[in-house]
Amino acid sequence: MLEFVVPALNLKAILPQLILALTALTVLLVDVFAGKDGKTSLGGLSLIGVVAALVTLFLSRGDFESAYAGMLAVDGFGFFITLIICLVALLSILVAISYEKVCPEIRSGEFYSLLLFAAFGMSFMGSASNLIMIFVALETMSISIYVLAGFKRDNLKSIESALKYFLLGAFASGFLLFGFALIYGAAGTLDIVKLGSFFTAHPDLLHQPLVMGGVALMTVGFGFKIAMFPFHMWTPDVYEGAPSVVTGFMATGVKAAAFAALVRVFFVAFAALQTDWTTIMWIAALLTMTVGNLIAISQTNIKRMLAYSSIAHAGYLLIGFVVGSEIARSAILFYLLGYAFANIGAFAVISAMGSKGEEYNELSDFQGVGFKYPMLGLTMSIFLFSMAGIPPAAGFMGKFFIFSEAIKAGYVWLAIFGVINSVISLYYYLGVIVRMYFKDPEREISIAAPAGTLVAALSLAAFGVLQMGIFPSYVWDLARASAKMLM
Amino acid sequence: MFDYIWLVPVFPAIGVLINGLLGRRIEAVSKHLIHWIACGMIALSFTVTCVIFYQLLQLPGDQRFYQVTCLDWIQSGVLQTYIAYQIDPLSMMMAMFVIGIGFLIHIYSIGYMWEDEGRYYRFFVYLNLFMFSMINLILANNYLLMFLGWEGVGLCSYLLIGFWFDDEANAIAGKKAFITNRVGDFAFLIGMFLLFTGLGEHGVWSLQFSEVFTHVHYLSQSQATMICLLFFIGCTAKSAQIPLYVWLPDAMAGPTPVSALIHAATMVTSGVYMISRSNVLFSMSPFAMGVVATVGALTAIFAASIGLVQNDIKKVLAYSTVSQLGYMFLGLGVGAFAAGMFHVLTHAFFKALLFLGSGAVIHSMHHAYHKVHCHDDPQDMRNMGGLKAKTPITFWTFLIATLAISGIPGFSGFFSKDEILWQAWSSPQGSWILWLIGAVAAGMTAFYMFRLVFMTFFNECRAGEACEHIHESPPSMTGPLCVLAFLAAVGGYLGVPHALGGSNLFHQFLEPVMGLGDGKLLHDATQAASHGVEHAAQAAGHLMHAAAGHVAEAAGHAAEGAEHGGESMFMEYLLMVVSVALACFGILIAYIFYIRKREIPAALAEKYSFIHRLLLNKWYVDELYDLVIISPLRGFAYFLWRGVDVGVVDYIVNGVARVVGWGSSVVRYIQSGYVQSYAVSVVFGTVVLLAYYFLKAL
Amino acid sequence: MLRDYVPVMLMMLVGAGFGVVAVVLSSALGPKRRSRVKKETYECGMTTQGATYAPTPIKYYVVALLFLVFDLECVFMYPWAVHYKSLGVFGFVEMVIFMVVLFVCYVYVWKKGALEWE
Repeated sequence: MLEFVVPALNLKAILPQLILALTALTVLLVDVFAGKDGKTSLGGLSLIGVVAALVTLFLSRGDFESAYAGMLAVDGFGFFITLIICLVALLSILVAISYEKVCPEIRSGEFYSLLLFAAFGMSFMGSASNLIMIFVALETMSISIYVLAGFKRDNLKSIESALKYFLLGAFASGFLLFGFALIYGAAGTLDIVKLGSFFTAHPDLLHQPLVMGGVALMTVGFGFKIAMFPFHMWTPDVYEGAPSVVTGFMATGVKAAAFAALVRVFFVAFAALQTDWTTIMWIAALLTMTVGNLIAISQTNIKRMLAYSSIAHAGYLLIGFVVGSEIARSAILFYLLGYAFANIGAFAVISAMGSKGEEYNELSDFQGVGFKYPMLGLTMSIFLFSMAGIPPAAGFMGKFFIFSEAIKAGYVWLAIFGVINSVISLYYYLGVIVRMYFKDPEREISIAAPAGTLVAALSLAAFGVLQMGIFPSYVWDLARASAKMLM
Repeated sequence: MFDYIWLVPVFPAIGVLINGLLGRRIEAVSKHLIHWIACGMIALSFTVTCVIFYQLLQLPGDQRFYQVTCLDWIQSGVLQTYIAYQIDPLSMMMAMFVIGIGFLIHIYSIGYMWEDEGRYYRFFVYLNLFMFSMINLILANNYLLMFLGWEGVGLCSYLLIGFWFDDEANAIAGKKAFITNRVGDFAFLIGMFLLFTGLGEHGVWSLQFSEVFTHVHYLSQSQATMICLLFFIGCTAKSAQIPLYVWLPDAMAGPTPVSALIHAATMVTSGVYMISRSNVLFSMSPFAMGVVATVGALTAIFAASIGLVQNDIKKVLAYSTVSQLGYMFLGLGVGAFAAGMFHVLTHAFFKALLFLGSGAVIHSMHHAYHKVHCHDDPQDMRNMGGLKAKTPITFWTFLIATLAISGIPGFSGFFSKDEILWQAWSSPQGSWILWLIGAVAAGMTAFYMFRLVFMTFFNECRAGEACEHIHESPPSMTGPLCVLAFLAAVGGYLGVPHALGGSNLFHQFLEPVMGLGDGKLLHDATQAASHGVEHAAQAAGHLMHAAAGHVAEAAGHAAEGAEHGGESMFMEYLLMVVSVALACFGILIAYIFYIRKREIPAALAEKYSFIHRLLLNKWYVDELYDLVIISPLRGFAYFLWRGVDVGVVDYIVNGVARVVGWGSSVVRYIQSGYVQSYAVSVVFGTVVLLAYYFLKAL
Repeated sequence: MLRDYVPVMLMMLVGAGFGVVAVVLSSALGPKRRSRVKKETYECGMTTQGATYAPTPIKYYVVALLFLVFDLECVFMYPWAVHYKSLGVFGFVEMVIFMVVLFVCYVYVWKKGALEWE
């Protein structure tokens, strides 16, 4: 009979995540026990939980260790990803609270607790150091997001979005899981660190079909989540249909979490295979950004446009992945955070546009917004500038770090393609700004004055974008320190 | 308290934020709140400065140096820059008078701008922003932060010159100032790059003053000359020297408090400050120093000559400012850094006073004209006259300032101007030509300033029926006038030279900052000459002087005194008498021309109409620049626009855009909306990936 | 390495081949007599009466789903019970936490009214 050794739990190390989960459960209970008045406090409660998670995250920073019997690596890398996730959750909740008026469904325990559970899963994905753990975290995240995407139950597009995401997501998860199984078959372990040392010790076993098939299938699974070409097809449909709050959340959180897992698995477990996957990822990066940017140009719906742009951003991030040096990994982290601020901000503006019930998602609806609603116009411009990579916004510094590192590492062509793509992307980002400031409105649109929480979210996101763009050193140092500690 | 130096720039910044973000709403509630906030912030800032200044004075002379690092700014490879401030005699002296005068002018603006509806708050926002930038410029402990302030004051200058932008002339004047300054800024920037890389070659990657100046000997002679010349080009733009002075007279389009604060007392002297700050660097290059002195002297006399015939009260003062700035550069150029700074200080007092006084005059005239619905120019001196009785406070304060700028003994201008002239004659870099130019310019200054006073305040009133409506300005305007008049009268006693039995406190105070440069300069000069035991002894004296600060100064002076003795003292007295005589002569002529025999100027203008027109049209410099630089540039720009941009670039760009757009519309058809086809694409990708990896496995 | 999989591959080939061969053979060898009756939908059953579309109440799915979820969670208790002794207090606490989480969900479901049939 097997003897169990009581594993070291180390609850303290995962305190932020525990707080997220506990808040999610509490929100559920408060929802069913509190009356109508209580429901208005759900958003605030979730907010408190996320802030508490953030605080504990910073308090416990420094004691990097492994937790849960090696299932989790609470290291710098995980720290930074959790930081991104918490900020993303914070901003999303702020936006959601202001969105409650338009979409009463949101004012329910399900919404906030699903959001928190998703954040919980994302954060674990960033620090999971076991393939099974990655899968469990991924499913926790994904299932919550499937439901969130379809949260506007009486909206056909929302339902379509949820269904498509679910079907394809399940499909891709299958590939991922199959990949894990093949790897287990080849190496006999699922622990990422052990996998790494196993393959370093047995280089002869590396190039067997089992491992190769496993790596290929894992690439499919992760590639789907980060919207890598050609697994990106779901993105525009899902982003368009989901409520704007959720879109912002999934476009940033899911991408960050999936990228984190991708980096951890490939750089820790399959570092020995780097020469093999570099080539294919090189091509994938190029195609991903090119396809994303090209199609974004001809979009007329801003959510679809941003969806394609998020594909393009995945391409830029993949450049960092291909380069693969430690600095490049820091650049990925930096870029993810900057992108998160800008993207959530942009979706917050879009949801503010729909603050009187009717959604204004067509690009032509943005005409004249800059003068009629100066705050929305200004913040939207900041976010779009950041995504386009124009100084002094975070996106510029992010792109700068990634491209300069690519050039240093000899991937000059990839950097050149990246820059060309940035130029292409200017067209559609600036197109929105031009519409906001230089064109007269086509139809009368009316937007309610932004609620306090929305203003808070917009200012926080704008502050983040500008802070990282003008004084990048603080976040950059943090990212450098974090990327160093990848267990 | 030193560690709280960051409060000094932060207070005005708070003012900018409050009034800038909420100004329109505050103004709707109460206009008083606006100026309470703006002036209050400067007052707080001034208080902190005073306390720090007092504490600095408590320290012994050689310990008066302190640096405070507040924030990381740019951390990029070898470039490590901080938001950091430096407390030493030079920076604190500048801070004291800049913030002090700034405060007075803030108060003055309350009265002057009160009737500007809807833009009142914006004016104070700009003023506060200016103070913030200027303080950064002064207190910075590195060139980059100084440059930030340098650019900031340029921006504020632009905003304030064009403050009444409804009048296109004002907007154009603003643009002119901005663009001219860009030329100088560019040179400054290049100089900074050269300095950074020049020192970097030797492992000193820094733009921090203390680092740069201790390692400045790594630079070669030619490098130092290049850097200094580029820095000086920056100064010629900011401090309105030949050839980039053209913007300053036009800048008088802005409100008068702005002219007083920015274009007379503070911003335009930042070039002088920058060179004084870099005195160690400039001392490395005798050639650059020579250029500075020559340009300064030429500017002094050139601008004074234009000032002789102008009729706009503010234009006269503008050219006088350019001319006085020329004096300061003359002082710097002959190695008398402290003397140059001294003139900055006294000039700030009397020139701010002159501008504010002229503002009060214009204000009164404007009101009077407004009452009688007359549209004559309230700034034209030909419309004034006889204001002495109607605006007594303005007159008396104005007179004090005029006496000061003319260099009449006893008033502040005398001490500083005289010191510069003496140094221009006696220092190793000086020569009698420089002295002569300076002295003649001083005479001209006395003439045109008294011409202004006589035309404005004496004789009969020429404003027609508006005469009866001319009144004294409100107390918020006359108050600052009185304070400044006091300073303009007695400010000079800070630096009474040894020749007049004083102890020159000002020099002693700046010694720790300037001594380094003075000593270095003489050291180099003697090395270059390197002949004669006499010079060697002198050099030794100065080296000691550099090393041991002002303790050794006495010894150095003693050694010098033994050699030159009474001869130099006699020369100093003689020159002093000559320059005072020239000034009195100028006043006398003005008196004859504009009080006694008022037909003479017209007759002279008739007789020497060519020269008169030349001066009246400012030597046609603007026209020359237009012909030589602006028109060809515009033509070239037109060619680039029509020929290159539209013809070639646009064609290519639009072509590319069309191709990309076409590609985009083709590719989007793949996106069908069917889940099945999405799944197919996933499968397709999977197959490709599998194939790739299996091929690798083989 | 790859050789180890040969039996599996063979097995798969044989299995698939058997199916294919059976279908092909039967359609090739069997006689074909077409008639109208044979083409009817329920050729060998009862003729349908009334509407064929009878909606099942949504509650049915909810309850079924809940049953599935909670039933699956119970599966965890088996291995725990088997190792209860060796796991000791740690195991007990873990299971309590697990049960609490389940219980919260149960309360939620109950209060939401998912268990009420009417």
